[in-house]
Amino acid sequence: MVFPIRLGALVLLPLLSSNSAAQSVIAGPLTLGAPWARQTAPTQKSGGGYLTIRNGGSSSDRLMAATSPVSKRVELHTMAVEKGVMRMRPVPGGIPVPAGKLVELKPGGLHLMFVDLKRPLQIGETFPVTLRFERQGRVTVKVRVRAVGAAMPMEASHAE
Amino acid sequence: MQNEIKAGNPFRRIRRLLWAIAAAGLIWAGWNALRPAGNSPAAPQAYADTFGGEFALTAPDGSRITDKMLAGKPFAIFFGFTRCPEVCPTTLARMATLRRQLGSDGMKFNIIFVSVDPESDKPADIGKYVSLFRTPIYGLTGTPADLARIQKGYGVYVRKVPLGNGDYTVDHTAAIYLMDARGKFVTTIDYHENDKVALEKLRRLIV
Repeated sequence: MVFPIRLGALVLLPLLSSNSAAQSVIAGPLTLGAPWARQTAPTQKSGGGYLTIRNGGSSSDRLMAATSPVSKRVELHTMAVEKGVMRMRPVPGGIPVPAGKLVELKPGGLHLMFVDLKRPLQIGETFPVTLRFERQGRVTVKVRVRAVGAAMPMEASHAE
Repeated sequence: MQNEIKAGNPFRRIRRLLWAIAAAGLIWAGWNALRPAGNSPAAPQAYADTFGGEFALTAPDGSRITDKMLAGKPFAIFFGFTRCPEVCPTTLARMATLRRQLGSDGMKFNIIFVSVDPESDKPADIGKYVSLFRTPIYGLTGTPADLARIQKGYGVYVRKVPLGNGDYTVDHTAAIYLMDARGKFVTTIDYHENDKVALEKLRRLIV
């Protein structure tokens, strides 16, 4: 009888923690937190996705690639607004996840780009994304779709 | 003889006087033409418009929207493309939020989104895209010539960048241009600017 209770606790524990941590996945030294994607219009061919990657280990790792059933490809991108101009580029060679560090894929910077969406991403739904790390290998997270205006970069400046 | 000479003098004087008046007139005209027009308050063209100008673009239903049709109401105009994952949705969502924060004044300005990627974004696509933001937004685009004209007028930087895999991205100006009811440039809202500043700019725009 002890086993099912433990199993139940394991299932319930993430639900009881804060909302942002609800979708956290632990894979070896890596903790993948708060994965979400932005809602898209039916005619949009691509969408952005975000998550945090904490490397609690002593070896550096690297996010090499990602795949998802929602789109033909998932690309690793970065974007910046510099001198008033928005520039978005793929990240060559993947995203480094140094030992003991937290890497954030978030609006205004690094992100996953779901390219050639097979269907629109709708608010509230979840879909799987499989991330491939150089060391840790494949890890699948469930990505929740949030409203198009969710988590604007300006939210950070509100706290200041 | 003397009388004749004396009689001739008044004519010469008049002729000299006329020449002097003509020369003064020329100098005055020349100075008027050459001096900086900005010194005169009677010269409305003194301060040339910085950004803006005439444009004609295509709405999602295929109809044409021109700057003249928008006259009479200030507007906030932003340039982007629907595949832009970040700046475009966050900017439009932000404009929608700011409009709500203005309450009953929120509809005193138009919001315009111009796709500068006509290759990928068809007018109907842009209509669906702007409808995500749950506030009236003009979603426009046009032919390359239409876009070249408005980009030049607004001083918008647009560069299509091949990504090597057959795909491309579009580098573009991220600022929101605020234009008055006559379509004259007022100011911009910068991507990095906080909402408090942005809201004040919108309040000044719609007074």
